[in-house]
Amino acid sequence: MAVGIGIELDSGGAPVPGAVSPGTVPGRRRSLRLPRSPKMLAGLGLLAFFVLLAIIGPFVAPYSPDQIFANSPVPLPPSAAHWLGTTNLQQDVFSQLLVGGGDMLLVSFLAGVIATVLSVVVGVTAGYLGGWTDELLSMLANIFLVMPALPLLVILFGFLGKTGSNDLFLVGLIISVTGWAWGARVLRAQTLSMRNRDYIDSARIIGERQSRIIFREILPNLTPIVASSFLFTVLYAVGTYTAMAFLGLVNPDWNWGGMLFYAQGANAELTGYWWWFIPPGLAVALLGTALVLLNFGIDEFINPRLRAAGLTRRSGGGGRGRVRRVGRSQQFALTPVIRAGGLRAPATAASFGSESEVLP
Amino acid sequence: MRMIARRLFFYLVTAAVAVSLDFLIPRLIPGNPVDAILSRMQGVTVTPAIIHSLDLQFGVGTRASVWAQYTHYWNDVLHGNLGVSSGNAFAPVTEVIRTALPYTLGLVGVATAISFVTGTALGALVGWKRGSWLDNLLPAVTFFQAAPYFFLAFLAIDVFAITLGWFPSGLAHQSYDFPAFNWTYITDLLDHAVLPALTIVVASAAGWIVGMRNLMLTTMDEDYVLIAAAKGLSKSRVIWYAARNAILPSVSGFALAIGFIVSGSLLTEIVFSYPGLGSLLLQAVSNNDYALMQGLFLIITFAVLAANLIADFVYVFLDPRTRQEA
Repeated sequence: MAVGIGIELDSGGAPVPGAVSPGTVPGRRRSLRLPRSPKMLAGLGLLAFFVLLAIIGPFVAPYSPDQIFANSPVPLPPSAAHWLGTTNLQQDVFSQLLVGGGDMLLVSFLAGVIATVLSVVVGVTAGYLGGWTDELLSMLANIFLVMPALPLLVILFGFLGKTGSNDLFLVGLIISVTGWAWGARVLRAQTLSMRNRDYIDSARIIGERQSRIIFREILPNLTPIVASSFLFTVLYAVGTYTAMAFLGLVNPDWNWGGMLFYAQGANAELTGYWWWFIPPGLAVALLGTALVLLNFGIDEFINPRLRAAGLTRRSGGGGRGRVRRVGRSQQFALTPVIRAGGLRAPATAASFGSESEVLP
Repeated sequence: MRMIARRLFFYLVTAAVAVSLDFLIPRLIPGNPVDAILSRMQGVTVTPAIIHSLDLQFGVGTRASVWAQYTHYWNDVLHGNLGVSSGNAFAPVTEVIRTALPYTLGLVGVATAISFVTGTALGALVGWKRGSWLDNLLPAVTFFQAAPYFFLAFLAIDVFAITLGWFPSGLAHQSYDFPAFNWTYITDLLDHAVLPALTIVVASAAGWIVGMRNLMLTTMDEDYVLIAAAKGLSKSRVIWYAARNAILPSVSGFALAIGFIVSGSLLTEIVFSYPGLGSLLLQAVSNNDYALMQGLFLIITFAVLAANLIADFVYVFLDPRTRQEA
């Protein structure tokens, strides 16, 4: 069936804009499979760019973000002196953009780490122990999933006041409180399915300690899902931190949400001062895109069916018709193999991938 | 129907947790909210009665036990008393929210429905034609999935309202007073809703597209799809079979997505000065209007829970297995 579809469809031959390079080297089979996906590479590249920007941004910024250059209420369009123009206070937009990435990345990363730890603890405990613990923890996770985060965060930051919301660690902590539930849910489901596999049963029968079963047998197999839920939470934190700054709930000086806060306050979108609101918004969107792309890569890694789709598309560079069909057949072979691999041995993320790559 | 009963119980618990959080947060976080409110009250005569009622509301300086305060709070909530909004001349919070609620319900409700239907359909198509040029959509979709809603709102205003001048740049209708409910008014209302709705649809459809595409890819490898094709059924019918089965997780995922979409939509409202709950939220933040924040949290949570319940009913309708259980 799937083969039939593959042959029927005409791919049109348009180049794929998302593909960064056709540099998918089919050589190193034993190596970690992940970075070979173009989506993954694009995501990694973008993310590396933003991390670099966050680190060196404050040093290479031409001016201080607070420096006021003139006494005029009219923002100036981009010029040689101010590459991205000025705000209504005659501050340099480019400098604000360069400085604004640091706090954002720091808070998001922090929130991602805290939320991931929380979700692993809750998810694995619930999935492994089962029973009433599971019922209660699952309910807790579901409650936090269903409850809309924005108004809850507004109350939290609102009562915390300005002084509290300047504390980056506290901001990260609060964001993580509203962002851990999704990962916990996914991890619980996966742990539940792991718990009943033969190799876990045999570990239990051998008499391995429970902590060893959890940390050495189960957790390594959850690595891709933990990674995916970490990226997801960082993405969530980027959006949330931006939103909180945009609402004026956390200190807007200087992050990209804060730039949008000031731009909105001065009606920049109504007066056509695009150089003021497009750069920070675009920066947030691209940072988010990087994280989504990475997540795509991991998704394809976890779910081989998605990857097969990716392979077909990607391998179209050479003789399209032939390679496409290879992709299809691979897809049929892959599915059971990866399942068998998961059953047979507690593999790490890397060997998990390479195994499935070699066996067919 | 047992599934619905279970879900209903869960939503009731969630609602109770929301009310409890509303009660607890002002009492757990250090600082005196009443002072913060009063500091914003220049030019307004604040009577001792108002101060007293604010004290009661946030548990400042009362000698009543926390449990007594808690039961009192529940009593108030159950009677629809969510306190007074300090940013709106101490009008009841329920009144303030009531005037804004229809706008948000209309805008976000319709936009979410449109985005779910078009996003799911598009996702099914992209998933079905995997490896085709339609996959080129995905990078663009990824971008929209990652961009903050309100940034897209900025762009929409800049392009469609200011540069092209096709639609108004903000507000829900021409005049502030509510005119007769006639055709001019309705078209005016729709005219103002197009851009905010479009923003929400574009921003939220991305999630449905990606989700449905992935589910289609998984479903298409099922044996029954293979058999359907082998029997020589028409292609559209095979797609229909696959899509019908692929959509189920999308519907149950609705519960998780709706809170996120509502959050994004509220920020979109702010950019468009749309007089819904989002604008109230901003107003509450800038006025330190805690009672309004809390009331909004409750109302928005209840609305999201109601939307979830509807999704559950749809799910039961779509999936016969849930009905057999009962």
